[in-house]
Amino acid sequence: MNIPTMAAMMAEGKKPEILFWVGCAGSFDDRAKKITRAFVKILNEVGVDFAVLGTEESCTGDPAKRAGNEFAFQMAAYQNIEIMNAYEVKKIVTTCPHCFNILANEYPELGGNYEVIHHSTFLQQLINEGKVKMKGGGEFKGRRITYHDSCYLGRANGVYEAPRKVLEALDTELVEMKSCRTKGLCCGAGGAQMFKEDEPGEKRINAKRAEEVAETKADIVAVACPFCMTMMKDGVSSDDPNTHTVKVFDLAELIAQGQGLEDIGM
Amino acid sequence: METAQLIQIIAFVVINMAVFYFGGKKFYNIYKNVNLGKDKVIEGDRSERLKNVILIALGQKKMFKEIVPALLHLAVYLAFLITQIELIEIFIDGFTGGHRVLYNAFTELSFLKGIYVLVVNSIEILSVLALFATFVFLARRNLLKVPRLVRSEMNGWPKLDANIILFAEIYLVTCIFMMNGADQALHNNDYPFLLSKGFSNIVLSGLSEGSLHIIERVGWWGHILGVLAFIVYLPYSKHLHIMLAFPNVYFASLKEKGFMSNMPEVTNEIKLMMNPDTAFAAPADGTEPEIPTFGAKDVQDLPWTNLLAAYTCTECGRCTEQCPASQTGKKLSPRKVMMDTRDRLEEVALNIRENGVFVDDGKSLISDEYVSVEELRACTTCNACVEACPVMISPLDIIIQLRRNLILEQSNSPEEWNVMFSNIENNGAPWKFSPQDRFNWANEE
Ligand code: SF4
Ligand code: SF4
Repeated sequence: MNIPTMAAMMAEGKKPEILFWVGCAGSFDDRAKKITRAFVKILNEVGVDFAVLGTEESCTGDPAKRAGNEFAFQMAAYQNIEIMNAYEVKKIVTTCPHCFNILANEYPELGGNYEVIHHSTFLQQLINEGKVKMKGGGEFKGRRITYHDSCYLGRANGVYEAPRKVLEALDTELVEMKSCRTKGLCCGAGGAQMFKEDEPGEKRINAKRAEEVAETKADIVAVACPFCMTMMKDGVSSDDPNTHTVKVFDLAELIAQGQGLEDIGM
Repeated sequence: METAQLIQIIAFVVINMAVFYFGGKKFYNIYKNVNLGKDKVIEGDRSERLKNVILIALGQKKMFKEIVPALLHLAVYLAFLITQIELIEIFIDGFTGGHRVLYNAFTELSFLKGIYVLVVNSIEILSVLALFATFVFLARRNLLKVPRLVRSEMNGWPKLDANIILFAEIYLVTCIFMMNGADQALHNNDYPFLLSKGFSNIVLSGLSEGSLHIIERVGWWGHILGVLAFIVYLPYSKHLHIMLAFPNVYFASLKEKGFMSNMPEVTNEIKLMMNPDTAFAAPADGTEPEIPTFGAKDVQDLPWTNLLAAYTCTECGRCTEQCPASQTGKKLSPRKVMMDTRDRLEEVALNIRENGVFVDDGKSLISDEYVSVEELRACTTCNACVEACPVMISPLDIIIQLRRNLILEQSNSPEEWNVMFSNIENNGAPWKFSPQDRFNWANEE
């Protein structure tokens, strides 16, 4: 893998076209790191001129902001904006819808103005331009995939079709859950819920979502968010005989598999 | 002029004046209550706002996510709208003591008369459709118990309110047919109003002229009194949405739903911290800079747009039906957040009316009586409620302001969140990892 950092590029007097914002989950969570690497492999294969911030990246502040801690958020934003503006970043791609939302919608007022794009849209563009081609090994034949809408992509920013278009590029059957698109049911992670216990209730939100997965009889749940990944993985891998064989993959992993760049273990 | 006629004119004038006074006062109070909220800069394009008003408020676009209730509601809505046209004549008749003044004035002018006949026929047809819709609504609420209509926050007044209005609808339609039907019978069924002609033929045939006359008057008076009572009742009811949906949609945010406001007070504080020079630049007039309150603890801390939204809420529960927390049995219900905001606002307004200024009553919007901490914590900020609301209310916008108050003013936060905050501040990630390890993923496989 070739993963240039902004600092290294700067030292060579180069400026990449696009910054890949990895995000905290993509950097530290074991499962999400696989998504990050799959996406980098695609970028390498296509020959995208990109760089990452590496150790200079830090949390966008999203969980703090959504929990109500605006101070922690704006402090984090302040630092990130200083760094990105110093590198004269123009365009950002990210594999995390929370980072995407906050960078695109909330950073501009604080002085961070960038063109921000989520990797689902980015992959769709690469596919449309013919830059990402599927090997067609037939491993997707006969599989049913259902797509779980991430709140921060769909309702928050109106990105409903790009992830579905990406999945259509795979030779597979796409089935929808009962609650999809504008009515997509949350995985339960957003709003900093990821970082605390649930309030008392009948069940966990991801358990409810897993029931909807089971109804589709899908073999694979496609997600486009590292937090949805954690929640859906926990939701379907429970003792429920209806879902215990269901696997959860990110769009980037499925595309990397389709391109023959890696074996994700479908 | 006969005495009976004169008495009716006087009664009509007096009743209208009373409605104007009491209704006007209550509406003015609502206006004042909404203004208890904080100022808010309304951003964005005016034409886009007007477009929303036409599509979403007038055109009910968002209702059509659920087709059956949308069509039923449309029948009631159209019947209501078009009846307003007939009210013009009812008022003219009432003030002059005339009878079908417009109809008679139009006899010579065939075009206007054509319109008149069309309007009355539409009213009659839509009234029957609305009547049908009303029965279905009553059944959905009371027999089928559609889940979103019967959650616990609907117990008591909200449930009664909904049913009162549905019965009022039945009452009004009955009055319209008594009025038009008896009028038909008294005029040899000469009016070209199809449904009332049928009603007259089937139900009212064979009655004496005297009884028909009484039925016509009871229908006429019943109808107008019903309408006037409705005006006075509106400010106490969720049915206020028939008026407030328009301004509420107009003032609703045009930004992406994912956008959550950046608190300018916080931006200022951080700027001061980062540039200490400015921190000592005291205001020229020597006064201490005012310390802002962060977030909202009570209704007065919310911007007026949130308070307008609280009065606009139709209590339909579409938000709660879609809310992942509500769906999985958590206490949070976005509809309840709106209802609590309205109830607390009414309480605060009464407090101010009684005392001249607000006297601390030891309560606030964040409290177990209104929106509890447990409810606030359960929100995933998923925007399902915002997406679902047919009148463009954002319960999430209120929730987040209350959350901010809990964290920033009351330091009321679950321990796990405190850990997450300090990790973000110190390690640049919500988990306890060293920032130095952030790029390790590149070398693992
Ligand atoms: S944003 Fe919060 S209140 Fe609204 S639907 Fe989602 S979880 Fe429920
Ligand atoms: S906030 Fe909107 S969706 Fe929720 S009950 Fe009120 S009107 Fe209905």
